[in-house]
Amino acid sequence: MKFLTRALSASALVVSLATPALAAEKLVVVTSFPVTLTGPFEAAFEKKYPNVDVEIINKSTSSGVKYIQETASSNTTDLFWASAPDAFEVLKNDGLLLKTGIANEQIPDNISGFPMNDPEGYYQGFAAAGYGIMYNERYLAAKKLPVPAEWEDLAKPEYFGHVGMSAPSRSGTTHLTVEALLQGDGWEDGWAKWKFIAGNFSTVTERSFGVPDGVNSGQTGLGIVIDFFGLASKASGFPVDFVYPSTTAIVPANVGIVKNAPNAEIAADFVKFLLSTEGQEILMLPEIRRLPVNVDAYKNTPEGFPNPFDGSIKATVNFDVDLSGQRYNVVNSLFDVMITYRLNDLQKAVQAVQKAEKKLGSQNNAEAQKLIDEARALIAAMPVDKARAHDPEFVAIFKQKRKAATDVVEGRQAQIEQQWDAEVVANYAKATELADRAASLL
Amino acid sequence: MSSSVTIKRGWSGFADRLFPRLSGPVIAAICITIFLFGFLILPVAKVIYVAFLDPGTGAFTLQNFGDFFSSSLFRESFFNSFYASAMSVVLATIIALPLAYITTRFEFSGSTVIQSLGFIPLIMPPFVGAVAMQLLFGRNGTINLLLADYGINIPFMEGLNGVILVQSVHYFPFILINLSTSLRNIDRSMEESAQNLGAHGFRLFRRVVFPLASPGYLAGAALVFIKVFDDLGTPLLLNVNNMLAPQAYLRITSIGISDPMGYVISFILVAFSVFSLWVSFLFMRGKDYTTTQKGGGGLARRSLSPSENLLAYAIVGLILLLVLSPHIALLLLAFGTIWSFAPLPDGYTIQNFVDMFSQSGGYIMNTLIYAGAAAFLDIILGTAIAYIVLRTKLVGRQWLDYMATAALAIPGVVLGIGYLRTFNDFDVPLIGKPLASWWVIIVIALTIRRLPYALRACMAALQQISLSLEEAAESLGATKGSTIRRVVVPLMSGGILAGFVTSFATAAVELSATLMLVSSANDAPLSYGIYVFMQTPSGRGTGAALGILAVVIVALGTLTAQFIIDKERKNRSGSEAA
Repeated sequence: MKFLTRALSASALVVSLATPALAAEKLVVVTSFPVTLTGPFEAAFEKKYPNVDVEIINKSTSSGVKYIQETASSNTTDLFWASAPDAFEVLKNDGLLLKTGIANEQIPDNISGFPMNDPEGYYQGFAAAGYGIMYNERYLAAKKLPVPAEWEDLAKPEYFGHVGMSAPSRSGTTHLTVEALLQGDGWEDGWAKWKFIAGNFSTVTERSFGVPDGVNSGQTGLGIVIDFFGLASKASGFPVDFVYPSTTAIVPANVGIVKNAPNAEIAADFVKFLLSTEGQEILMLPEIRRLPVNVDAYKNTPEGFPNPFDGSIKATVNFDVDLSGQRYNVVNSLFDVMITYRLNDLQKAVQAVQKAEKKLGSQNNAEAQKLIDEARALIAAMPVDKARAHDPEFVAIFKQKRKAATDVVEGRQAQIEQQWDAEVVANYAKATELADRAASLL
Repeated sequence: MSSSVTIKRGWSGFADRLFPRLSGPVIAAICITIFLFGFLILPVAKVIYVAFLDPGTGAFTLQNFGDFFSSSLFRESFFNSFYASAMSVVLATIIALPLAYITTRFEFSGSTVIQSLGFIPLIMPPFVGAVAMQLLFGRNGTINLLLADYGINIPFMEGLNGVILVQSVHYFPFILINLSTSLRNIDRSMEESAQNLGAHGFRLFRRVVFPLASPGYLAGAALVFIKVFDDLGTPLLLNVNNMLAPQAYLRITSIGISDPMGYVISFILVAFSVFSLWVSFLFMRGKDYTTTQKGGGGLARRSLSPSENLLAYAIVGLILLLVLSPHIALLLLAFGTIWSFAPLPDGYTIQNFVDMFSQSGGYIMNTLIYAGAAAFLDIILGTAIAYIVLRTKLVGRQWLDYMATAALAIPGVVLGIGYLRTFNDFDVPLIGKPLASWWVIIVIALTIRRLPYALRACMAALQQISLSLEEAAESLGATKGSTIRRVVVPLMSGGILAGFVTSFATAAVELSATLMLVSSANDAPLSYGIYVFMQTPSGRGTGAALGILAVVIVALGTLTAQFIIDKERKNRSGSEAA
């Protein structure tokens, strides 16, 4: 016991000595961004405001949201700083963000069809990023695989078992990629495309950073990732590269002041600094490599730096944020039920189709072709049609948050997911069987 | 006159009933119950009660449990978790048994190596450990790249087989540590009598030695089983989603979705863990494993012939190579430059360590304090609970054990959210900030999460001590208190040390609850540092270097604890001789 008290008091002393002399004002920032991003901003801001001490607390996006929700009654956090707009939507709906309406004239309201700021002024986009395909050069060379250019390429049979992605329910930015394709190609075709790409997945990772990690170490050949993961990995020396397909969504990363922030004024200064040309230029450092949203910051960009304002990144999807928000939980749940949790069944079905098609080649066998078409249709079949997915009453089942005690929602998520699951598993099994039968005819 | 006496007697009887004179164990039991209620049951209940609410109306219901059992995905997950746990116990036993047997039965010069290296697999730093394993055993890891020339690919890390392999390599020390302690505590005369009666070789081991050591084995095996059943980290790193713990985690932490099924699964995990613990009690019931002779060095050790010695070294070497391979990979990662789709890193450097030391000063000290304090509290609680459960007749004493062990099954995220929810409005006097953002809360979270490890070790140690030793001490005039202090605890010291080691080692690399509770970078432990580094591609080497440092720190901490206890034991036997 004596040992413990001594150890504790000694350690308390060490900790108190190790704490830097406290500056007059403290700004507490909860963020999901890595030190390589927060470090330069912290240094630049503290240099500009020498009496402010910026304290960065790293949490994953979902932990950060839960942390702010749970500590709201005696809040100590000034700023929430993270990528996913949906995390900010959750906080905004819970009334946990301060309405500031801070804006910078040099930042347009939307870039390539995606709105940069919350229209009501609760949070601001400070950087943009586009989705694309990251690949390991050594891996592709060893397996003699071509570099893909478009999303469709990833559904080709040669990429079977080589692609990685994270689940949209786990990563807000991945959700936007899924949604962008669904909006670009439509509900049925978009999902079909995702399922045939997913048939080539080697894994669906739990963290969004798990994808670049896997590509960097060469466990997965290709990954569907946000641009700065790919480009920053390349900058750290890994044998990887990154391509933007012609359809990509430009997604903002955001910052918002927490309601009842102890230091709301300094927090506002930080946000303004982030949006100023001076702050925006920091984004172009090679270890950060995110796209500024302030037009002025592009005046002196490094060679080859993509610019969403001059068309060097094309985003052809006109993103409908309301639609995305409306069916947010349904899309995530569908992806998990059809792909994440049933990846083995899906892989089997897709592989069977790929094999049958390879065997068929250019032969003319109407019977086999018909079976293959049926198998493809079964894989693509959706347990929910577009109208239902948009039906507010149906969507409410997945929200679960009843605003008032008197609200009543019919149906339960688990019950519906079980129905979907049964249908999907049966379809995949049937598709495998049909494709195998087609192959045996050839 | 007489009436006043009766009144008095009535009064004192009433007062006695109201404030009964409590014995030491009762007070201890009450304190422990309050502690567990306050820091485990209440916070978890505040989160998990959602499992019993109808999501549509908010009314109380058991419908969610009906949904669980009617969902084929959940039934399949349940089966997968059960299968993986059972197979991991088998494989972990195969790994641990030869090591424990060789060190305790033979004069084997490598014993100290096994004792000091045997627990290292428990220390698997978050994230970097996963990357290191993939680089070695993964689909395109070192081994499979080397075999690729021959057209072979061994799916070490795919699906449930991968989970079983990684889990048994990771958790076999639970069995090794508890089993070796038990073997060392066996009375030599038992073995000698068996030999006199003609038992030899494997029969002697099977019929006499192993049964006598079974409290330790069962303690270890139960821990492995429950831990694998409830573990989240490994299935997630292998991206195996169709198991219960990942299903619960994925549903609880999805942004914006508040599906009650996550909490239903958590509840089922807790219930099943308590159930398996109860089953392991059934095995032990009605059997007496105690022996009276203590401190005699346990079983007789046979010396090995040179060729046998060589064979022993070969077996031990192979096993250690297997179980330490993740750490070898971690070492390569920490000293390597770029390691991508290649059997080995492209080059070697110490830059990662330079970067790590310049950026993570506070983490190391914090980790030592947090993990040390948590493990210390754990062995105090563990010893007390073991004593209450096994030596007193208090009503409901088993429930202390069940409660403490249920902590194994609580996902760290749930405990973290529960603490924020419960203690955020509770200001600590003098400190002036909420308990939820005071660093002590991290120590408490680690104490609760690692208590089951210390508890199982303490229980096994006490089960092997004969009651007659305590009775002897008491008949010689020692009080209950001094019997515990001078007889019981010293005899349990091996088990207590085992408990300290497992709690300390695993607390030092805990992340899930910690990440939720860290409210200031200055208070953050090492695992948080690794998390921060591992968010960037350039931080991978630095994170690995910090992971190596964690392993070294824990190893040193453990050896120090071992050294202190050994020294004390020698002092004691010295003074007794004088």
